[in-house]
Amino acid sequence: MKRFEIRIAGLGGQGIVMIGQVIGRAAVYDGMNVVQTQSYGAEARGSGAKSEVIISDGKIGFPFVRKCDLLVAMNQEAVDKNLRDLKPSGVLIVDDSIVKSVPKNIKHAYAMPATKIAEEAFGEKMYANMVILGAFVGITSIVSEESVEKAVADTFPRKTATLNVEAVKKGKELAASLYRLHSLDLNKL
Amino acid sequence: MKKRSVENVYFWQGNEACAEAALAADCRFFAGYPITPASEIAEHLARRLPQTGGVALQMEDELAAIGAVVGASWAGAKAMTATSGPGFDLMQETIGWAFMTETPCVIVDVQRLGPSTGQATKCGQGDVMQARWGTHGDYVAIALSPNSVRETFDLTIRAFNLAEKYRTPVVLLTDEEIAHMRERVTVPFLESMEIINRRKPKPNEKMFFGSDEVPPMPSVGEGFDVAVTGSTHDEYGIRFTSDPDVHKRLVERLNGKILDHAEEIVETETYNISKCEVGIVCFGCTSRSVYDAVELAEAKGHKVGYVRLKTMWPFPEKTVKQLSKTASKIIIPEMNLKQVFYEVQRVAGDSTKVVPLNKIGGGVPITPEEMLAKIEEEIR
Repeated sequence: MKRFEIRIAGLGGQGIVMIGQVIGRAAVYDGMNVVQTQSYGAEARGSGAKSEVIISDGKIGFPFVRKCDLLVAMNQEAVDKNLRDLKPSGVLIVDDSIVKSVPKNIKHAYAMPATKIAEEAFGEKMYANMVILGAFVGITSIVSEESVEKAVADTFPRKTATLNVEAVKKGKELAASLYRLHSLDLNKL
Repeated sequence: MKKRSVENVYFWQGNEACAEAALAADCRFFAGYPITPASEIAEHLARRLPQTGGVALQMEDELAAIGAVVGASWAGAKAMTATSGPGFDLMQETIGWAFMTETPCVIVDVQRLGPSTGQATKCGQGDVMQARWGTHGDYVAIALSPNSVRETFDLTIRAFNLAEKYRTPVVLLTDEEIAHMRERVTVPFLESMEIINRRKPKPNEKMFFGSDEVPPMPSVGEGFDVAVTGSTHDEYGIRFTSDPDVHKRLVERLNGKILDHAEEIVETETYNISKCEVGIVCFGCTSRSVYDAVELAEAKGHKVGYVRLKTMWPFPEKTVKQLSKTASKIIIPEMNLKQVFYEVQRVAGDSTKVVPLNKIGGGVPITPEEMLAKIEEEIR
């Protein structure tokens, strides 16, 4: 049975929940069983936010992630708090335009200046979540690129969908230019 | 990864599934007041109801919301409201009125962590008893509790069906975890769903509040003479505010029309209840951990079974009783401080040890591992 557990963490307002939502929807398009959960504070932005996705080809009971196959961290606190839940073989992706101390000794760690790229390429740091999602697509093969693009188009309002799809593509290119990617198959890690 | 067709497949939140199910059940009126974690139901219906010729209203508070809902029901519409604990408090008076006047309607309570404002964005299961005893007097509740997005869809439709069939308010008792989680959902085709509508009176009928166990219900504007009152009334709706017989006849019928059909109303999911040493009685979000815990326990050779309450009220006494005959110990995991626990104790009697497993605060779930530890503690 295939099963992947993904956690995305950062600050409220960074679009953390949206990343989880898009990954989840893409996995549905890929024909997989999915549960996506989220937790955030009572404030609209500024407090810690977390989104989790479990993708499986079997039944999913308990819907929360305990050990991550993949951790996406969008700020320093997200790294510090969640690193202990990353499996030894797990993949870490951080936004190193915000995370200043990227942990060493992680086997599969990727640093992506997503916020910086979003500001440079799209003039808005709010596209950072889709940039880092693009990196995720480039680094792993958990969900197909085609499904992610369709999921982005279906999740966002029509006005912003195109730019968000571009941001995903940008993120994927960025990941490819920074790392020699061979699309990790998490089953084989 | 492999590809499949996505026809009829959705990636919905529990709250979206609830809203879509309401539309599928022919709900054409929604009134509510925004509250976390139920707001998505109102948002979704505000967009979708007008597309079906229905009406979605944001009222000034929850008192007005439930008032509008019972009004819409008497105008002939299937009607619903959605709220959470603090709003559910405010609705209790009118829920009693709906019960007394036999007004079909659906009240969704997405449970969050109380008392009072508590932790407004976090999950809890503390409204179980409120759903049963929230309003005053000799009231009998119907309350259903889903544990997945798909089941939120199914039980919302069932809530409407039971409301219409028995002419009574029905509570969908969901929780923040199930309401906010998104899942892959395969929705059945509309044609395959059973949708029940209230029985309408024949042209010269006059008894809308008795004689039949569930009397026919006219709508405003259909030309019937009908007085609708929360005071004790006879079969014709005429007030009798001190006659003991009329009161006894009315309220016993209102109780009986639900309790005498408990067997039809009650639904449970059971696993291994005739062969287990340790039993579990669970409901809502907590049951998701039970699934994993039972697998873990079986892998260690333990015989564990469970009863999951899809119907909370009337309480599924028969099935719980059956479990108590085989299991010498029953664990009740709840994200509250013992509510279903006492019900199980009452039903199971002294021969079965009833073990609470409670956790509150921060919306932190009871994990499968915590559940397994409790199972092993009881088996030792």
